[in-house]
Amino acid sequence: MIIAVASGKGGTGKTTVATNIALSIGNVQFFDCDVEEPNANIFLHATLKEHENVSVIIPEINKEKCDYCGKCSEFCVYNALAVVRQKILVFPELCHSCGGCELVCPKDAISWKERVVGKVEHGKTKDIDFYHGLLNVGEAQAIPVIKALKRKIDKKMNVVIDVPPGTSCPVIESIKGSDYCVLVTEPTPFGLHDLKLAVEVVRHMRIPFGVVINRDGIGDNRVEVYCKKEHITVLLKIPERQKIAFLYSKGIALANESHEWREMFGLVFNRIQDEVKK
Amino acid sequence: MKELTVISGKGGTGKTSITAAFASLAENAVFADCDVDAADLHLILKPKIKKTMKFHGLKIASIDKDLCIDCKKCYDSCRFHAIDQNIDIIKGSCEGCSVCEYVCPVHAISMVDRDSGFAYISETRFGPMAHAVLNTAEEASGKLVTVVRNNAKNLAEEKQKDLIIIDGPPGIGCPVIASITGVDLVLIVTEPTLSAIHDLERVLGVAQHFHTPAVVCINKSSINAENTSKIEEYCKKNNILIVGKLPYDTTITQAMIHEQSIIEFSDSKLSQDISEMWNKILEALKQNG
Repeated sequence: MIIAVASGKGGTGKTTVATNIALSIGNVQFFDCDVEEPNANIFLHATLKEHENVSVIIPEINKEKCDYCGKCSEFCVYNALAVVRQKILVFPELCHSCGGCELVCPKDAISWKERVVGKVEHGKTKDIDFYHGLLNVGEAQAIPVIKALKRKIDKKMNVVIDVPPGTSCPVIESIKGSDYCVLVTEPTPFGLHDLKLAVEVVRHMRIPFGVVINRDGIGDNRVEVYCKKEHITVLLKIPERQKIAFLYSKGIALANESHEWREMFGLVFNRIQDEVKK
Repeated sequence: MKELTVISGKGGTGKTSITAAFASLAENAVFADCDVDAADLHLILKPKIKKTMKFHGLKIASIDKDLCIDCKKCYDSCRFHAIDQNIDIIKGSCEGCSVCEYVCPVHAISMVDRDSGFAYISETRFGPMAHAVLNTAEEASGKLVTVVRNNAKNLAEEKQKDLIIIDGPPGIGCPVIASITGVDLVLIVTEPTLSAIHDLERVLGVAQHFHTPAVVCINKSSINAENTSKIEEYCKKNNILIVGKLPYDTTITQAMIHEQSIIEFSDSKLSQDISEMWNKILEALKQNG
């Protein structure tokens, strides 16, 4: 079973929920798909032994063949090519590797070269097979790194995916193919507003989902009222406690700190299994 | 006219609450919510929308089945696997490159606008605001960020404002890059957790990569004193100014629930600290550019 942990709003506790579910059930594959800011291993402590570069392809111009006709830059909707007088420029960060420039070039002057945009790292702990992706600093597109990560999924295993915040392309790519999505929120107006956006996304993708309310007690009850009205399962409420915030700040997972928490997240997993069977 | 962007790397460190506080402190500014994925600033600033503009992100291929001869050239050429065996477009995968349109021998494919969201020009109790909504599961949030920033610039010129305060998105990718390129100063809001420190280092890397000057605010600094000192040491070593060290105070959540900025809601120590931080930021803005 593949469980994705997402949120809409950042900083609501996705990584807390994802890492604690993984630690509580064991024998699991874990994917940190927040490749812009991956933090799960701060809590899981896998020794990362394998590294694999993630590349995309970008056009390479043969300057001897190119006659600066400008057809390629005219075609490129991403503005990744520019032809100015007797000069052609490629902007690698803007290229989506669609192949259009090569197709339209009348002089056959365009070929492809690989460009590294990030990497996938892998390591193991006692019962977690851990993967995360890292987008290189200054790179714009997280999708190729997320795709490379997800190719490592072993569908025979239980899989937990830590999803990046937001609701756009990297989120969709991370959630795609999951059996269940856990949406983590906090009981505040920002939490509720972004939860509604996240609910729209998972409904749009037709993925069953439930909610975890983190920092319960800090705000108001509008998140719960909303969940009730929309018939959304509330899987767990994590109370607002200075102790929990302190443990988080030090990179200590709740499931490693106390048996009760481990059981609690184990129950969340059981509940998810039941919901998926339904 | 100057531009200030508030970012954080890690989400949930307090970007939007701090931006809202700045909105009530700024004397002559325009506000822009560039976290178009999950925009929240409007929940505090309560903008009255004056103008709504449709946003078209990337185009999308549309196939005229009456003309299609099922040659599958488009299927073979699409690098995004956005056309299936039945020659239907998979909406979520199409990136609008128009290669299919180009290879189609019978001109059965055209590229059409897709409705990706809306951009708004609004008025708030603190001044004009530019913001946007990206439709569910749409791409091109970086492009929408650029639309919002341009709207904010036009507003500033039109209303003779001397500062644009931008609420940025989390992360380090495309929307963040679009939010910080060319601005005069970036404020990075961090917190004393190992996760946030890790993210701070990466997002500072992005600011440096694009030659954007950055200053740091340590929010919720009382959660972990040891980590707070770590951030201070790190910033000192890298010659980055810390403009504020704010206490952990749940009043900020109460202010949010009352749809007010912390400055409007209470005159607690937190509010005073934010006011002091604002003065330091104005000073830093003067020095940069």
